[in-house]
Amino acid sequence: MIAIVNYGLGNLTSILNMCKHLGVDAVITSDYEVLHSARLLILPGVGHFKKGMDNLIKTGLKEVLDTVVLQDKKPILGICLGAQLMTIHSEEGDVGGLQWVPARTVRFDTEKMNGLKVPHMGWSDIQVQDQNPLWQGLPKDPRFYHVHTYHFVFEEPNQVSATAKYGYEFACAFQHENIYGVQFHPEKSHKYGMKVLQNFFEL
Amino acid sequence: MGRVRIIPVLLLNKGGLYKTIQFQKPQYIGDPINAVKIFNEKEADELILLDYSASKEKRPIDFKKIAEIAGEAFMPMAYGGGIRNFEDAQRVFDAGYEKIVLNSILFDDLSLIDQIAAVYGAQAVVGSLDVKKNIWGKPQVFAASGSRKTGYDPLDWCKKLEENGVGEIMLNSIDQDGTWEGYDIKLIATLTQAVNVPLIACGGAGRFDDFRAAIGAGASAVAAGSMFVYQKKGMGVLISFPREALMRD
Repeated sequence: MIAIVNYGLGNLTSILNMCKHLGVDAVITSDYEVLHSARLLILPGVGHFKKGMDNLIKTGLKEVLDTVVLQDKKPILGICLGAQLMTIHSEEGDVGGLQWVPARTVRFDTEKMNGLKVPHMGWSDIQVQDQNPLWQGLPKDPRFYHVHTYHFVFEEPNQVSATAKYGYEFACAFQHENIYGVQFHPEKSHKYGMKVLQNFFEL
Repeated sequence: MGRVRIIPVLLLNKGGLYKTIQFQKPQYIGDPINAVKIFNEKEADELILLDYSASKEKRPIDFKKIAEIAGEAFMPMAYGGGIRNFEDAQRVFDAGYEKIVLNSILFDDLSLIDQIAAVYGAQAVVGSLDVKKNIWGKPQVFAASGSRKTGYDPLDWCKKLEENGVGEIMLNSIDQDGTWEGYDIKLIATLTQAVNVPLIACGGAGRFDDFRAAIGAGASAVAAGSMFVYQKKGMGVLISFPREALMRD
């Protein structure tokens, strides 16, 4: 069973419906026992980083997730804010994150963007690293829907599994052991998004 | 070469989908969830959902219904209709929408654009205007689904929308709506020459050449209703999004 972690940010129904569409058993949940018994987890989220962290801490979900992800090593996929929360720190709210992956979340540097405006919002082609299991069966430059003002920066570039360009090239996906993150929204990206989720479910 | 954005527009009223002709004679089309599922299959780039009578009838937004609709969509969604303040907008974003469409409220409060853009970004705010020609052929801006005259000329109003920070402008031609006779090309050209933010043309599309004409006149994206919900002009309901709609410019 797949647990879609509900910590009170954003509408998670699209993700649930995409899971159903793929014939996968999934639930939106904040129940500790369900999270412990799930085979895979999705950490979604749209909104403010600090609010996200506050909610995870306040609900006790942070502790549960730390156990399930860092000790039990269950595969988890962070989507958008969910992926950013996995980093050490974010400039959004200047607060610490879950600190699962050696990366930081920074604001788009508008000085390097030739007048492009943030948020980056729209369909963008991404460049994927062939060997990563998430991209199996996708073309070289599939397009995904992005909405974000902040992006991850990795200390170790080999953990970056895909990049996109908006003003400059940035990491739009990563893998660190059992922890996966994507900046874009697979649940809003039609067949490519569906393929990414399917690949994750087959881990 | 970029993709031309072709956006189906779905008109919502009390939980059902309708299609109008010149903003009148709403005809029932069907269930919005079913329509969204079809556009999922067809991989439409994005959808615009408009509750066309919410502002006119001063009805509150049906957040439950719109969240249910967004939850079915595997593509980005915009919502408009009845948004009165920042809290409404916030709840629409929380319901699973990436963009909001503002129209009637802007004649009372243009500062709402900036309040929303400051948090969600200008790209998330679409300023929409409904235009109808008077008996001398002069285009005029109307509010509340064409029921209230605002006294604005479309060009002046678009400049105001731009100054106040909208990310996109959506131009709806009331005269062309539901006619299948093509967009108001002249107005599109006039407006896009004077404003820099992208313009979504809406109202009148009946065939693919109409999209090309609107893009040629300066529109950044084209929206259509009838073409995607009816089989043909005057014929029955058939929700579709043909492959040609994924055209390149």
